[in-house]
Amino acid sequence: MPSIFTPYEWFARWCVERVFGLDPATRLGSSLEFFLYDVPKVLTLLVMVSFIVGTLQTWFQPEAVRRILGGRRRFFGNVAGAGIGIFTPFCSCSAVPLFIGFLKGGVPLGVTFSYLIAAPMVNEVAVALLWGLFGWRIALTYIGFGVALAIVGGIVIGLLKLEKWVEPFVWEVPLGAADVETMPLRARLKEGWRSMREIVGKVWPYVVGGIAAGAFIHGYVPGDLVVRWAGPGNPFAVPVAVLLGVPLYANVAGVLPITEALVGKGMPLGTVLAFTMAVTALSAPEMIILRNVLRPQLLAVFIGVMTAGIIAVGYLFNVIL
Amino acid sequence: MKIQILGSGCAKCNQLKESAETAARELGIAFEIEKITDFKEIARMGALVTPALAINGKLKLVGKVASPEEIKPLLQQS
Repeated sequence: MPSIFTPYEWFARWCVERVFGLDPATRLGSSLEFFLYDVPKVLTLLVMVSFIVGTLQTWFQPEAVRRILGGRRRFFGNVAGAGIGIFTPFCSCSAVPLFIGFLKGGVPLGVTFSYLIAAPMVNEVAVALLWGLFGWRIALTYIGFGVALAIVGGIVIGLLKLEKWVEPFVWEVPLGAADVETMPLRARLKEGWRSMREIVGKVWPYVVGGIAAGAFIHGYVPGDLVVRWAGPGNPFAVPVAVLLGVPLYANVAGVLPITEALVGKGMPLGTVLAFTMAVTALSAPEMIILRNVLRPQLLAVFIGVMTAGIIAVGYLFNVIL
Repeated sequence: MKIQILGSGCAKCNQLKESAETAARELGIAFEIEKITDFKEIARMGALVTPALAINGKLKLVGKVASPEEIKPLLQQS
């Protein structure tokens, strides 16, 4: 079936056969074709998605988000928080100032969490990679489940009334105000361009390395090995994938191509989605940084709700697909 | 002139500090630079996203690693 990626397929096949003189049916040939097809395709998508998100992001500066979410009630606030989180990926080092600024700005705790869950989980790198490796349906499914999880997680934390487990200093900080700059469209596009260069510049070695590892698995690792460990017959594959994902923060670009090769050998997609969510949303460094503003009890509730939610998404997806 | 870099000490904050130092030096401005890593202080100054840059106590740049060229006009205005 021809698609926008057909030229990439053609290019990979041409390189393998004409440039390297290999048969794509051999192990080396099929590994090489996998690599030469995936690298340009994924990098193209990464450039596109990160430029678009980087540009859109300029409309959702944190001050503006705080104004939109301030004083919102449950549910609608959670939906808005999770929705805005799609366009505003942020570095985990900003989680704490954001958290303080939102709470002090009158954003309810549960709504703040909806935003804090969705923003890092639905990020341009994960979406571009899922799109390139598994197709746009899977990328959209990931966004959909991610937003749903952020809404539900935020509502649960809001209903539990856990404000008492926020570190007391958070409520005592006097809040400064920053000017919100209004930008002309040109400046927004420039900002998108800068953001794209920063992300692609940081991530491309992981993409290439990950795809190289995936290409090796694709050509050389026997399928029955994968099916035995990660296949539908192993009921613990989803929780194990989630646990593996936690320490792999920021390496979503390096590990997703490996999972692509594993899916090709029989690993179910729900396990991959759960794994990706664990990598992006349950990162160890972010938890350590959030400990600055959350009492251990609230941090435990947050991690518990997220872990349960992500595992549920994995199982649910494996069942419906 | 007092330049402050706000952030928890990640790589981006160091890049921003270097940019600011370069910009000030190239303009020949006498400056002192300070890193603020305390979250309370960062919130008090009004930064929601780090790294951020403040000049003479006023927030000028939030959430991005600016180049020296982008920082120069901010220094000149202050």
